[in-house]
Amino acid sequence: MKNKTLVTFSVLVLAGCAAESRQHEASAPTPQQVKSVLEASFKARGQAKLDRLDQDEVQRLCSQVRPDKPLAPEEAQRIVQSQQATLRYPAGSLMGDWKSGEKIAQQGTGKQYSDDPTHPSGANCYACHQLARGEVSYGTIGPSLYRFGATHGYTPEMQKYAYGKVYNSQAFSACSTMPRFGHMGILTEQQMKDVVALLMDPKSPVNQ
Amino acid sequence: MTHTWITAAALAAGFFAAGLATAQDKDSTSKQIERYREALAEGNPAELWEARGEALWKEKRGPKGASLERCDLGLGPGIVKGAYTVLPKYFADTGKVEDLESRLVTCMVSLQGFTPGEAKKDPFGGPGKKVPMDALVAYIASESRGMAMHVSIADPKEREAYELGRQIFFYRGGPHDFACASCHGAEGKRIRLQDLPNLTNPADARKAYTTWPAYRVSQGEVRSMQWRLNDCFRQQRFPELEFTSPASIALSLYLARTAEGGVMDAPAIKR
Repeated sequence: MKNKTLVTFSVLVLAGCAAESRQHEASAPTPQQVKSVLEASFKARGQAKLDRLDQDEVQRLCSQVRPDKPLAPEEAQRIVQSQQATLRYPAGSLMGDWKSGEKIAQQGTGKQYSDDPTHPSGANCYACHQLARGEVSYGTIGPSLYRFGATHGYTPEMQKYAYGKVYNSQAFSACSTMPRFGHMGILTEQQMKDVVALLMDPKSPVNQ
Repeated sequence: MTHTWITAAALAAGFFAAGLATAQDKDSTSKQIERYREALAEGNPAELWEARGEALWKEKRGPKGASLERCDLGLGPGIVKGAYTVLPKYFADTGKVEDLESRLVTCMVSLQGFTPGEAKKDPFGGPGKKVPMDALVAYIASESRGMAMHVSIADPKEREAYELGRQIFFYRGGPHDFACASCHGAEGKRIRLQDLPNLTNPADARKAYTTWPAYRVSQGEVRSMQWRLNDCFRQQRFPELEFTSPASIALSLYLARTAEGGVMDAPAIKR
């Protein structure tokens, strides 16, 4: 008797949830509606024109991810594959100057409408990652990269991995929060090499 | 008052320096910042904005030489007490969902006779420029201190704005692929030393939403929710979010609704 009531109750609750979720979907705006509201709500300013509201396929798919609704494995795989194809490695050494890399990692400006578009962008690594031990003002959105080279080994393969990850993080991890610094033209080739050196040079403070 | 303020600032600077020196432990860093905020809260300059806002509310202004005292902020004409807790909401007279700032624009136009352009001309204060909007926002928010947030999504237009706001929250775009959710979609994260509320989580959303508008120590200004959203999108590398735009109101309603039940404590004081 008690069990039966419980079962009936559960069925009702489930039915209720299903109805609720249908209602959700019914009232959820279409992607076109969202886009047209955004276009009516933003204005071009400085270097940030309205085309920044246009999404590529990766941005479109990653906008559908929710805390309780991760990306489907096959979609994640499709993103990784398509982004792998964007990777471009420079000829020769991938190691720049860690001192310049540290400056790039500290700099938070670049690509905002308030920034001078003739100045190089920073990577703002410290906003999200721990790097050199001496810098205590670091964020935690990304993993700690302290002793990255020392831990992973100072190998050419690891340099290549680091460069690729900075160039396009989504070639390794679909819908990563990290910007695609090379693919989206945020950093130059030399800047990315300098960041690789910050991570991979045995003399870099990251590896002390 | 000034003396208290300076002492608080000096103490705060001390806390902050101590915090930086021993910041290996992030919990202790958070605690230091919390103490810094407590020290600052003893003398919140937002009081000056609140007082100016109350005077502006009652002052006869605009081509019609009328005050805002008959403005309906959601609880009926002239009711300021608690009004911030029900905003944004649907207003039948305009047929739109409006937040506090857009509703003030509506009343400045209908009651005082300003053009919409005039009413929206100076949305945010800056160095050497104090604007009526910031003061009115500070005053009206302060009249909801201690009261619980209760934003409706019963009306279809409110429901629509809520759903739209949620989609915008997760909308990734621009050269950095950022969405609101990039920084505000997970628990216990920081940018540099700044704690980030997870705005999809009601507990965090309440804590964050109920402390805006806020006096920003680093800027010497009271900042509204409209400003908060505008500046987030700047850092997201988006174009500029227009003042009182539909996207800004939808996003605000989504955040306010997620903060349902949170007790208003604004204008707060922040770094």
